[in-house]
Amino acid sequence: MLDALRGVLARDLLLALRQKSDVAVALLFFVIVASLFPLGIGAEPNLLRAIAPGVIWVAALLSSLLSLGRLFAADHADGTLEQILLGASPLGVVAAAKTLAHWLISGFPIALIAPLLALQYDLDASLYGVLALSLLLGTPVLSLIGAIGAALTLGLRGGGVLLALLVLPLYVPVLIMGAGAVEMAGAGMGGQGQLLLLGAMLVVSAVFAPWAIAAALRISSE
Amino acid sequence: MKWFWYASPQTFFPLAGTIARVCWVIAALLALAGLYIGLFVAPTDAQQGEAYRIIFIHVPAAWMSMFLYVVMAFWAALGLAFNTRLSSMMASAIAPTGALFTFIALWTGSLWGRPTWGTYWAWDARLTSELILLFLYLGFMALQAAIDDPRRADRAGALLAIVGVVNVPIIYYSVQWWNTLHQGASVSLKSSPKMASIMLTGMLIMVFAFWAYAIAAAMVRVRCVIREREA
Amino acid sequence: MLEASGLECERGGRVLFRGLSFALGRGELLRIAGANGRGKTSLLRILCGLAAPAAGEVRWRGQEVGALREEYSRQLVYLGHAPALKDDLTALENLMFAWLLAGKGMPVPSDSLFQALRKLDVPMTLQVKKLSQGQRRRALLARLVLSEEQPLWLLDEPFAALDTEAARIVEDLVSAHVGRGGMVIYTSHQESRMAGREMRLDA
Repeated sequence: MLDALRGVLARDLLLALRQKSDVAVALLFFVIVASLFPLGIGAEPNLLRAIAPGVIWVAALLSSLLSLGRLFAADHADGTLEQILLGASPLGVVAAAKTLAHWLISGFPIALIAPLLALQYDLDASLYGVLALSLLLGTPVLSLIGAIGAALTLGLRGGGVLLALLVLPLYVPVLIMGAGAVEMAGAGMGGQGQLLLLGAMLVVSAVFAPWAIAAALRISSE
Repeated sequence: MKWFWYASPQTFFPLAGTIARVCWVIAALLALAGLYIGLFVAPTDAQQGEAYRIIFIHVPAAWMSMFLYVVMAFWAALGLAFNTRLSSMMASAIAPTGALFTFIALWTGSLWGRPTWGTYWAWDARLTSELILLFLYLGFMALQAAIDDPRRADRAGALLAIVGVVNVPIIYYSVQWWNTLHQGASVSLKSSPKMASIMLTGMLIMVFAFWAYAIAAAMVRVRCVIREREA
Repeated sequence: MLEASGLECERGGRVLFRGLSFALGRGELLRIAGANGRGKTSLLRILCGLAAPAAGEVRWRGQEVGALREEYSRQLVYLGHAPALKDDLTALENLMFAWLLAGKGMPVPSDSLFQALRKLDVPMTLQVKKLSQGQRRRALLARLVLSEEQPLWLLDEPFAALDTEAARIVEDLVSAHVGRGGMVIYTSHQESRMAGREMRLDA
């Protein structure tokens, strides 16, 4: 079973390596969205510092949403998804592996470059750690929940927008806790509570989401 | 044992019609009673004057919106687990009514906010949760609308509803916390102080009125779905 | 070993077939014939467990296929209409992944994979997107060479886009498998030289 897991992970990472532009575009989107806000609101430093955690988190959310389209759609289109459904390992495990690959390609880099964006917003350097950590804990949850939506909307017309409608309400708690952690830390109140809650969300979704994703994939493949 | 006989859409069809007719009448009577109490009998509130009377629609609508989501998820889960067509049809039939109540709660909440705080929208914890609940309902309806195959639509919607119902408490808690973080001790729509018991009675009657309405509307819609699918 | 009883399939509001039943035992070959759109692919997908029938059930060794899930999938190979290959990977890499996904474990026997691809004359180191239609079909069919252990083969139009040479190789693979006691169900709207039962899906 572990071999199939490693196989799925290796395959998806190899594919990402061969289609580097897709990955880069998603990251670029993250940067662009975050850069739009000062243009729309004005570059007053105090204002930017105040909205930085929220803006960066929303940009991460939207970027995650954008890359979710790629998670199952390509496999569905060329028929490899059927083969995955007929694989020898439990589908939930395979789904978890694909989601992990997705996070490594899209979520993890976001957590890494977020401090750069925080620089643009003149966020206090002491908060970079909390920001990165909140994203490190939160983006996997976004991938997991988003994968359920991606699996449900496989092959449907209205695809991307429908996916956003389904998934964004479910993203709200992650957004609130993630941005909240940074804000609490900024206000001198630590933010550990929020980070712990994010961690709890991660654990719970890591345990339950794969089965929902598997069920959704089966429903969508009939 | 008779329940299983009614589990077939064909046999349920006439029963649904009867239930609907009865519930329309109950709903109308209860609504009249509730609104009479709310508009004429209940005393004027010391702080908010007459404007608070919208609470007799706002609060019952909000409660029903949340209750109906749970009921919808229940029927959807039943349909998914036991593969019964009628259960899934019930879930689909309830959704638009649930969305309607959510919308009414938001609208009346907004109308209440205007005279109370001077603004039509305040990011109050409950209003914000209702807004997200509205998106959850609309998402369910949109997903089912986007899928042509009725079987896949039922099952996909069911999965979404189950994921949604599990998340609703988490969303509610997060939004509560978010509200305290950002607005501190501002007035919330919940802070109508001690309710005179007559006000509570009025609200309860309205809740049951809305409940009867919801049942009637769902029955009518289920009949439409049955006619559409089993034709 | 494989039993279908009372299968009913519905697509887009139309009933494609109803009350379909058959049984398949070891060493048997079954061809599902019928014009396009009659439900051949849908039937195959129901048989391999990807889709659920509107009515009826499929049983493998007496147990319902839906309950068996991976246990059943492990015993079969399904090659469908779609190419089922990743364009950005080479034929060899695709085959390696199929090997791992089928739970055959590490280490991957590269030699056997080379042999399989060579047998079907598929360029190994080119990315699939650079292969021709026929080469892609053959790359997919190369899996059959490695699937001796899977008793049940479900093949959807295996001879499509193949030249006579390749078609003969596939026929040999199928016959050998049946000879070993395996079971093969395939759809085709061409007549075939292989001896076996036939089931027509016409209204």
